[in-house]
Amino acid sequence: MIARAAATVALLGRSPVGCLGAAIVLFWAAMGILAPWLAPYPPNRIDPALIAYPYPTAANWLGVDQLGRDILSRLMWGARTVLTVAPAAVLGAAALGTLLGLVAGYKGGAVDSILMRVGDTLLAFPKIILYLIVIARFGASAFNIIAVVTVTQAPIIARIVRAVTLDVKNRDYVAAARMRGEPTWFVLLAEILPNARGPLVVDFFLRLGYTVIAIGVLGFLGIGLPPPDPDWGSMIKESYGTIFVWPHMTLIPALAVSSLVIGFNFLATGLREASEDG
Amino acid sequence: MADILSLEGVSIEHRGRRGVSRILDGVDLSIAPGEAVGLVGESGCGKSTVALAAMRYLPRGMAISAGRVLFEGRDLAAMDEGELRRLRGRRIAMVYQDPMSSLNPVMTIGRQLVEVPMLHGERDAARARDRAIAMLREVRLADAEATMERYPHQLSGGQQQRVVIAMALMAEPSLLVMDEPTTGLDVTIEAAILELVRDLRARFGTAILFISHNLGTVARLCDRVGVLYAGRLVETGGVREVFRAPAHPYTRGLLDALPDLDRPRGGARLAPIAGTLVAEDRARPGCAFLPRCPHAAPAACGAGAIALAEAGGAGHLARCARLGELPARMAAATDAAAQAEEGPVLLEARGVGKWYEVGGGMSGKPRRVIRALTDASLEARRGGTLAIVGESGSGKSTFARVVAGLAGEARGALSLAGEPLSGGVDSRPRELLRRVQMVFQNPDSTLNPSHSVGYALMRPLRRLRGLGAEEARQEAARLMARVQLPAELAERRPWQLSGGQRQRVAIARALAGDPDLLVADEPVSALDVSVQAAIVNLLADLLAGSDMALVLISHDLALVRHMADRVAVMYLGRVVEYGPAAQVFAPPWHPYTEALLAAAPRPDPDAPPPEIVLAGPMPSPAEEIRGCVFASRCPRRMEGICDTLAPPERVFGAHRIACHLELAAPG
Repeated sequence: MIARAAATVALLGRSPVGCLGAAIVLFWAAMGILAPWLAPYPPNRIDPALIAYPYPTAANWLGVDQLGRDILSRLMWGARTVLTVAPAAVLGAAALGTLLGLVAGYKGGAVDSILMRVGDTLLAFPKIILYLIVIARFGASAFNIIAVVTVTQAPIIARIVRAVTLDVKNRDYVAAARMRGEPTWFVLLAEILPNARGPLVVDFFLRLGYTVIAIGVLGFLGIGLPPPDPDWGSMIKESYGTIFVWPHMTLIPALAVSSLVIGFNFLATGLREASEDG
Repeated sequence: MADILSLEGVSIEHRGRRGVSRILDGVDLSIAPGEAVGLVGESGCGKSTVALAAMRYLPRGMAISAGRVLFEGRDLAAMDEGELRRLRGRRIAMVYQDPMSSLNPVMTIGRQLVEVPMLHGERDAARARDRAIAMLREVRLADAEATMERYPHQLSGGQQQRVVIAMALMAEPSLLVMDEPTTGLDVTIEAAILELVRDLRARFGTAILFISHNLGTVARLCDRVGVLYAGRLVETGGVREVFRAPAHPYTRGLLDALPDLDRPRGGARLAPIAGTLVAEDRARPGCAFLPRCPHAAPAACGAGAIALAEAGGAGHLARCARLGELPARMAAATDAAAQAEEGPVLLEARGVGKWYEVGGGMSGKPRRVIRALTDASLEARRGGTLAIVGESGSGKSTFARVVAGLAGEARGALSLAGEPLSGGVDSRPRELLRRVQMVFQNPDSTLNPSHSVGYALMRPLRRLRGLGAEEARQEAARLMARVQLPAELAERRPWQLSGGQRQRVAIARALAGDPDLLVADEPVSALDVSVQAAIVNLLADLLAGSDMALVLISHDLALVRHMADRVAVMYLGRVVEYGPAAQVFAPPWHPYTEALLAAAPRPDPDAPPPEIVLAGPMPSPAEEIRGCVFASRCPRRMEGICDTLAPPERVFGAHRIACHLELAAPG
């Protein structure tokens, strides 16, 4: 398993796009992890004196926002939030989706129909409406965001896994496993699932990108993580009214969101190239 | 007269991320007008690249690095795209292995055929249509007018290939390139297609470049043959000279590896070619076949380039450094016709059937019953081989899957050593699972790409024999030795193995539980002939001296002749003939067995063409057939009897034939 991961990393090294993506993601990860030590100021410290000249200065490299909080410090702490919430949400979706996809694809018949129709129904709602309903009902918290992303993304992942399962379940090696009396869970997890690894890993990173956007949108709508903790989406929302006066307050967090999304997409592209080569 | 196509010292290189590799190396080949030239060799030898080079249609990354390809005396390399386009399709036409990939699934056959003359200058649509219909009749498609309106998926594989041949001939090409045109078709259909090509060639005078791994089809069709190995032409000459007196050890190896349809079981072993073609061999300065050659003398063979030299008859050339010294082809060992005593019955099938219901419910299609297998009564004895032959759709694989428990509940009664063997794998107790194991057909899907070879072998040892981790590891090593695999392969993944090695692992996996009954569904049909022989020998060795029974499913009659003690011939889900091998392969025959035997290709250019060529496709297993299932294609059909009454079973001792004909007992 470790050797395989190492081989994938080595292959990724041959893809310039993948390397760039990995560099961007690693950059933000380092920012988030090291925020307590690297951030020049506490993220929520308000200094009204700085609002007179909020632009980038030697003391505040990226300037301050409309409350006089240091933008660089808030970006770093914000990276921490987005890089924990998004992977947790996507991991949850991947786990749930994989399980449902395996069962639906392998069992077929009524089980398959019911699971897939429920998934279709969920997909038929615009996601943002679902987010609004759930957050409005249960309140804004990191856990609720993770839960709602898990539930809404799982059907898509279930489809990917189901497609692979439908293909793989008729392969002779699955018949061979059944002929030695392997229980169903073993056939699903040890014989079928590993063959979905390639598409799943690529999808995982693409989906991380989408989820970063989704969390940004939630923040922008004011139903993201509760203030005053720094969140890139809320940073954009709080400042966009003054975008023509102090554009840097909006554009810098917007750039941060975009760069992270692009980083994940590039990483996915690189991994896809690597898996096609392998 | 000038040659239609001539390759003069053509070398082709492939440039990829992993460097440059040589695909073809100085190939000289010429085809005279009206001549049929065969090209044979194992997979990866460069056969198909020759075909593509003949049309200057090489895939990206491949380029001619030396030599010239001349078509009707003109250098293809000097032509521009427009000239090439006019050449392809009009002067050179190509028929590929898979007809479905040559036909457009969303266009009717008629439109696709009419397109050919329209593209090549015909202005009158009605005349083009008439020509298309005439050509469909020419390839002996019944009801040509109706076929024009059909879509490709509405035709059978054999019919599709006829349409592709018709399309190729529409432009009246002077050269027809056929790349494995009958691979994947049933023997009876293959025989019919080959007859058709022979006949069309005689009438249109088209030259043919015929590429195949099947020596039998080449012998039946071609005048001359070239043998390719690692991109080099190692032997060339008249098909008679080459097949009768092969001069190159590789050609000999290919011929010796084939089981012989006219020789019964026992004694003679097949002679596989050791090893496989590896990439390094392509760059070898001397003979590329050196590492696998039984006659290799490294000093002479590995020194430097070896030229094609005269080997007996006129135009018969071979590229072998020891051409003069090698002994003439060894006479095959005489048969020790010692037929072993038959063991006690292990597997007994009485009236076994498997019907599937399709359609109905929410699918919106009418409910139909597919009779995949009906009323099969067979037995397999300990230490013996029961072979089941038939075309695809005959129900032979269904029988295998019913026995293996992969087809769920079946009708009738199956028993293993007197105990009932019912239900699917999910309901069989572990002991029963252990006793019945299976080897699958496709070496690409038989092993899980995510698991190592060692894991694939240890898992059944732990499940079926309850071994601990360390014991299983040791036992897996023993199993690998038993199927003659080097121990270091245990760490490898399936994609790092050759097809033959994968099939050996699959056999080892099936043997892990020390089964009583081994079911092998076409275990060698996806392998190169040279590798087939090794796997067949392995199976024979494993059976010899054990009391395991083998149920062998195969469409290859020569293989069945080589392996089987008892043979069942199946057609459309029914056993039409069953008995000891010696009796099934001798008259009296069921007309279907007779047709199968006639259709089987033999690597003998002087073998008479088959007298019986079955017409038409096998009926759908969803049809309810009142009389004999074979009546619609039977050359000896008696109207009013065969198509209305179920055939009686004629019994000659242990030999049973289901037929209305008054068959005489053997003299």
